[in-house]
Amino acid sequence: MDLNQLTEAIKTGNRKVASQLTQEALDAKTSPRSILDALIVGMDDIGARFQRNEVFVPEMLIAARAMKESMIILEPILIAAGIRPEYTALIGTVQGDLHDIGKNLVSMMWKGANINVIDLGTNVPPAKFVEAAREHNPQIIGLSALLTTTMPSMKATIEELRNAGITDTKIIIGGAPITQEYANQIGADAFAPDAASAVEVARKLVGSNPA
Amino acid sequence: MPVFRNLAITDASDLLFGIAPKPLALSNGMVIGGGMVYPEINFTLPTMLVTQETMPEVSRQYREMIAGVLKRAVDLEVPGLIVEFETLPPMTENPDWGMEVTHILLEAIHEHKVKHGLKAVLRMTPNDTREMDRPPAMRSGSLWDNMLELFDRSAAMGAELLSIESVGGKEVHDEALQECDIAKVIFALCIMGVRDMEYLWSHIQEIAIRNRVHAAGDTACGFANTAMVLAEQRMIPRVFAAVVRCISAVRSLVAYERGAVGPGKDCGYENVILKAITGYPMAMEGKSAACAHLSSVGNVAGAACDTWSNESVQNVRLLGGMAPVCSMEQLAYDTRLFNQALQDGPLAASMLQRWLVKSDIHLDPQALILAPHSAIEIGEAIVEAPNHYRAGVGAGLAAIDLISDAYRAGRLKLSDRELPWLDQIRNALYDLPEDEDSFILGMMDVVDVSTFRARDYELY
Repeated sequence: MDLNQLTEAIKTGNRKVASQLTQEALDAKTSPRSILDALIVGMDDIGARFQRNEVFVPEMLIAARAMKESMIILEPILIAAGIRPEYTALIGTVQGDLHDIGKNLVSMMWKGANINVIDLGTNVPPAKFVEAAREHNPQIIGLSALLTTTMPSMKATIEELRNAGITDTKIIIGGAPITQEYANQIGADAFAPDAASAVEVARKLVGSNPA
Repeated sequence: MPVFRNLAITDASDLLFGIAPKPLALSNGMVIGGGMVYPEINFTLPTMLVTQETMPEVSRQYREMIAGVLKRAVDLEVPGLIVEFETLPPMTENPDWGMEVTHILLEAIHEHKVKHGLKAVLRMTPNDTREMDRPPAMRSGSLWDNMLELFDRSAAMGAELLSIESVGGKEVHDEALQECDIAKVIFALCIMGVRDMEYLWSHIQEIAIRNRVHAAGDTACGFANTAMVLAEQRMIPRVFAAVVRCISAVRSLVAYERGAVGPGKDCGYENVILKAITGYPMAMEGKSAACAHLSSVGNVAGAACDTWSNESVQNVRLLGGMAPVCSMEQLAYDTRLFNQALQDGPLAASMLQRWLVKSDIHLDPQALILAPHSAIEIGEAIVEAPNHYRAGVGAGLAAIDLISDAYRAGRLKLSDRELPWLDQIRNALYDLPEDEDSFILGMMDVVDVSTFRARDYELY
């Protein structure tokens, strides 16, 4: 079966066609891994178009929803075949900060890249990041802040994570006032300037391209 | 129900900086909207936490900022000044901390009045902390109590203007922006937002009356400014952000329906529409607020301002001095220009207004809808509507018509990828039911009801 059509359905956000083609591909005994890869290629394409200012966020969201519909069908098959997302990521807006649009966009992009994302919400204290990291053993932790007065919470969170022995997990920070310089200063592993680049940054950090 | 059934200003040339049909006289003799534009300065901390341990440093920072700003205001002989204290969340959660800073600011204002004759007034803007809990308790709980306590105590201490950037409806609006879903925008702003504003501003007005100060006004900062920033980052279409701005006026208007008298809060760019409707003076910000955020409305925002603000600036060192002092200087010169034009007579003022408008409105739909002639058309759509819901729909349609007409006439640049959104938004607005109850019923099946407490919005 030609999986390019499935990729195209994701790119254009056609939920109905995406789920129909996913089912047809499974019925045709196409490998679940290949189907998943076709979905990820579609999301990668829309992410790249977003980075080139060719589409807006709603178009990305529509694509993400189409992928979600396909995953409803595909996920049980993947699990049965022992194929799980290669990576798990925790994400949250740091303590004292209530802004969540940027965090939500990164979360959406990571999910589209087949990263298992656990969203801790906003105003997340360092201890909650530590607790969730111990529970989920993520490869990536994303910290978001929009206020200059909550940026120090990022530093506090990183210190608490590292002091708790969570040293291998890669920490990515982002938000309007954040810079690479600040990331270096507080010991973050990387800085993602926007949601679309967060996928690339995460992939580089964990050393592989799941797609 | 809406209380403004007619526009206070019907001619675009009368929607002018420095002049409001209902000016506000302050206790120190300043008259806002009485023929002069005043600078309005706001400043905030550099990157640091606000905790019990850091409060001595927080206080030192505010002492330094207010001393520097007031000295510069005296040196540049500003005719009057509004100082806005927009608290940070911990200062609203702990009213004693907020009051410590309020005391510092009021004391400095008093000293400069006595020593130098500087007329200055404090606008108190407690940060709306209700959204710290998810879903937020909008009408009860310690966050609500502490916020009102800070309003009350600061008003009693001498903060003469009360404002807030309230957040009612934001639980749905953030998602609406990401999806560019205009029905959800209207539900968030004109149903949830309006109901929260009615409740909140009744309380603020009561505090203002009891303390003999003024309920000034609110802003759609968390709504339309979020849209503006997302548009600036190319995340959502500019035409969508422009329409959201116009719809947001319906929500911000409720403060005045509940007794506020201006000047509306600086970051409410929709204030130009509200000035046309209410006749009250309005704060605006534009090019001199680039220290806080970028925008594409830097000049046009000044066309009808009564105070001219920098939004906020961190206390960091620049070549010219500390940033709040530099900001004060910029505002002083900006307002001198406005006031010179006013002094030179109607023709001069009208010419400056025209330049402010024409230099921006062909480049961005968000600028176009803030031009005085646009504001009057949008205002008309709002006051003619039978209720807030239909006012939101009417404001949205008026905005789309203004943008489409200007584009077709070659008076507005729009990128190709913006164009399909004009019809999408128009069609979505036309598809909405006429009746508010039907709209609410339909939307309650669509929005994520787990993100808000329906009873706090009288949605059962």
